[in-house]
Amino acid sequence: MKIIIVGDGKLGSTLTEQLSSEGHDITVIDHQSSVLNNSVNMHDVIGIQGNGASYDIQMEAGVPRSDLVIAATSSDELNILCCIVAKKLGAKNTIARVRNPEYSKQLQMMRDELGLSMVVNPEREAAREIARNLRFPSALNIDLFARGRVELVELRINKDSPIANKTLSQIGSLYKEKFLVCAVNRGNEVYIPTGNFVLHEGDRIHVTSPASDTMSLFSSLGIVHQKIRKVMIVGGGRITLYLTQQLLEMGVEVTIIEKEAERSRILCEYLPRANIINGDGTDREVLEEESIHEMDAFVALTGLDEQNIIVSMYAASCGVPKVLTKIDHILFPEIFTNTGIESVISPIRSTANQIIRFVRAMQNSLSSSNIETLHKLVGSRVEALEFRVKQKAPYVEVPLRKLETRDNTLIACILRDGMTIIPGGNDVIKLNDRVIVVAKNGNIQDLRDILK
Amino acid sequence: MNYAMISYIMGVIMNAEAALMLLPLAVSLIYRDGCVLPFLIPILLLAIIGVLLVHRKPENTTIFAREGFVVVAGAWIVVSLFGALPFVISGEIPNYIDALFETVSGFTTTGASILTDIEGMSRSLLFWRSFTHWVGGMGVLVFIMAIIPLAGGRSVYLMRAETPGPSVGKLVPKMRSTAMILYGIYILLTVLEVTLLKCGGMPFFDCLINSFGSVGTGGFAIKSASIGYYDNAYFDIVITVFMILCGINFNLFYLILTGHVLQALKSEELRCYLGIILAATLVITYDILSLYDGVAEALRYAVFQVASIITTTGFATADFNLWPPLSRTILVVLMILGASAGSTGGGLKTARLIILLKSIVRDIKKALHPRSFNVIQYEGKPVEESVVSGVGSYFALYMVISVVSILLISANEYDFTTTVTAVIACFNNIGPGLELVGPMGGYAHFNAFSKIILTLDMLMGRLEIIPLIMLASPAVWRHGKTKRRSL
Repeated sequence: MKIIIVGDGKLGSTLTEQLSSEGHDITVIDHQSSVLNNSVNMHDVIGIQGNGASYDIQMEAGVPRSDLVIAATSSDELNILCCIVAKKLGAKNTIARVRNPEYSKQLQMMRDELGLSMVVNPEREAAREIARNLRFPSALNIDLFARGRVELVELRINKDSPIANKTLSQIGSLYKEKFLVCAVNRGNEVYIPTGNFVLHEGDRIHVTSPASDTMSLFSSLGIVHQKIRKVMIVGGGRITLYLTQQLLEMGVEVTIIEKEAERSRILCEYLPRANIINGDGTDREVLEEESIHEMDAFVALTGLDEQNIIVSMYAASCGVPKVLTKIDHILFPEIFTNTGIESVISPIRSTANQIIRFVRAMQNSLSSSNIETLHKLVGSRVEALEFRVKQKAPYVEVPLRKLETRDNTLIACILRDGMTIIPGGNDVIKLNDRVIVVAKNGNIQDLRDILK
Repeated sequence: MNYAMISYIMGVIMNAEAALMLLPLAVSLIYRDGCVLPFLIPILLLAIIGVLLVHRKPENTTIFAREGFVVVAGAWIVVSLFGALPFVISGEIPNYIDALFETVSGFTTTGASILTDIEGMSRSLLFWRSFTHWVGGMGVLVFIMAIIPLAGGRSVYLMRAETPGPSVGKLVPKMRSTAMILYGIYILLTVLEVTLLKCGGMPFFDCLINSFGSVGTGGFAIKSASIGYYDNAYFDIVITVFMILCGINFNLFYLILTGHVLQALKSEELRCYLGIILAATLVITYDILSLYDGVAEALRYAVFQVASIITTTGFATADFNLWPPLSRTILVVLMILGASAGSTGGGLKTARLIILLKSIVRDIKKALHPRSFNVIQYEGKPVEESVVSGVGSYFALYMVISVVSILLISANEYDFTTTVTAVIACFNNIGPGLELVGPMGGYAHFNAFSKIILTLDMLMGRLEIIPLIMLASPAVWRHGKTKRRSL
């Protein structure tokens, strides 16, 4: 597909990287040539320097013949103008990033009235992700599949965990809850396990289970589910605003530590029920004074990755059971092992994923590829893909144990008529099923690709 | 330095060359000229080494500008080293240095020859000699990128290192599609010229050879008298037109094909390029009027020669060695100016000339009005300062290499004109110079050392100096050894 990305900032370049590697024709527009040069050098894309909302630049970029225009500049208004112009010039779809909370209530209206295909708000998306994580504090991360019916939960194996030092087939027969371990992250290696795989202490495992079973699964695994009552947030930016609104609705007590007095005042206006502290979140005194030790969860949301990492490490050392860290720039997840940083939130990456899901869905309607959704796990090294079986194929109606699948791929889940099946060897894939596949080495465009 | 990836790409290139050599092999089988073995041996060699190198695709396929330059320079050298083998094995050019000179002259679309008896060569060897023009004209790596994806998103480094011009852009977002479009246009032009020449009654084999020579702006002919042998005004006109076309930036053809004819015709570089051709032709026509009967004939020879020289092809219909000094000097100046950026021609490039002149004007203005602010505009867009200074330093480098080469070549004790024009003609990828190396002369009499220098000049001219200097610079190679440190 022909995609034009306006604004080559953090979101723009993440999208450029991902979409160009998926084989789309990408044109990037930015007013700064140095940023553009980077993108053109590293990815197979074309760069145009100029104002993305101007007619001339859009014509030069070939907007009239494009399938999608994504406006991701730093200005909301420019993004919207960009999409309106593009739409009038004949672009098939447009996506705008709008992040100002003052517009957040009119996103839907703007989308419909201005003819945009999608409006994304990275901060609100990130806040939702954090809230979801806080609802299940024992999981490190949670991803949703099939419109929320299947959950992919990341857990860590502790020393006294009942499933440590057992093979997966043993574990399967021990519990009545259906679940499947789809990926194991051990040290710097990632495994797609088979039945003989033995879990060790310290492994981080990704488990699929029907959303309704997750709770009882946790209790069976000896993971105590503790409801979060008190949360401390450092940094009072836009994510904090959205997140606190949601947490207050859930009845959670929220303490926000914000450095700037003016910002603290604004937060007070929006969030009268939250406890807002004007102080430096990296100051130990301030954290102790607000009794960080008694918190059930700690969320680091300042604008600096480094600061977030440091305060999160401190919070973990204080014994806060659930620590969430916002990290946008630093992309070396492997260095965080054993530092106390376990749940990482990246607004840019979540938004990029949201847009990429939209692009995939668009492409599905155009081409033969059948990927419905895609999640990247373990620092993008493992993909979980959702497929829909639309026609008869060699893998349909064959017991799974008879299918010769490629190494490092796994059928994690089958969804049929509202039922969620965690498949065993005797299950079969039927027509119109949705199938979730976990795979280590990309390049899977169709369910057929998992066969040898 | 990603050595694994460099050797992988080298392997791909060697396989590609083996495949390209199948064509002259087929020619040899058709004409039964006994040159099957001389092609078969290099093909097998290339295929075996190539397959060994390609055998495992490296895990880390990331390349940077550094690797891009090294791969391109290395590729051109390797391709030339093996491309010279058929001449040596067949015994028709027994000396390897001579054969290498001839092959590099082919790939770099120079057209300078050490052959004294062209008509006595085997047909398949002549075909290979001219076919190298065609492959080298648009670029070896661009050709490969059109067929197989190399180096993923980073392949722009390869294209940038191989394609001539101050700043290289893609036509469409995907590198591979860009390469395909470029080669599509290239093939279209070749087929058109072959057809037009054939319609004029030229033998098919000659049509191919002369089309390769003009579309690739190379200049190898299969007659000692070059195109003058045919003495046919129709052929002269067809070849002139195609030489001029192939000296135009290929991006403009793409613009025309996508319906932006007006935009293409507005191109500053195109207008400047055509303007130079027109002016040079008029002056030379007037200057040589007394040598030929009538304006029409003088014009025919003048325009052919101007087109042949400015596009750095190097075909000849007349011995311009015998022309008056003014015409000869104009031709030498045209040699240096060269064709447009992004074309198959060599030389300094019209784009550089325009930017250079504009920056001179700006600097004079700046001297008069020290506080004045001025941005250089080219093709209706402001030129980045890095490009302007890049053009300036390229020109300086170009002069340095020229002067050093002239000094080294002067050891041959030939007259000044021969020495200087030999270097200019090789470095700018033209072929014939003046006096001893004139259109009816050749490079056979130079000593081995001079031939090697001229061979390097040809490569540097085609790849625009930097890649070869990179390859020779120890700093580039040292980089790889010090970087390994565990985290």
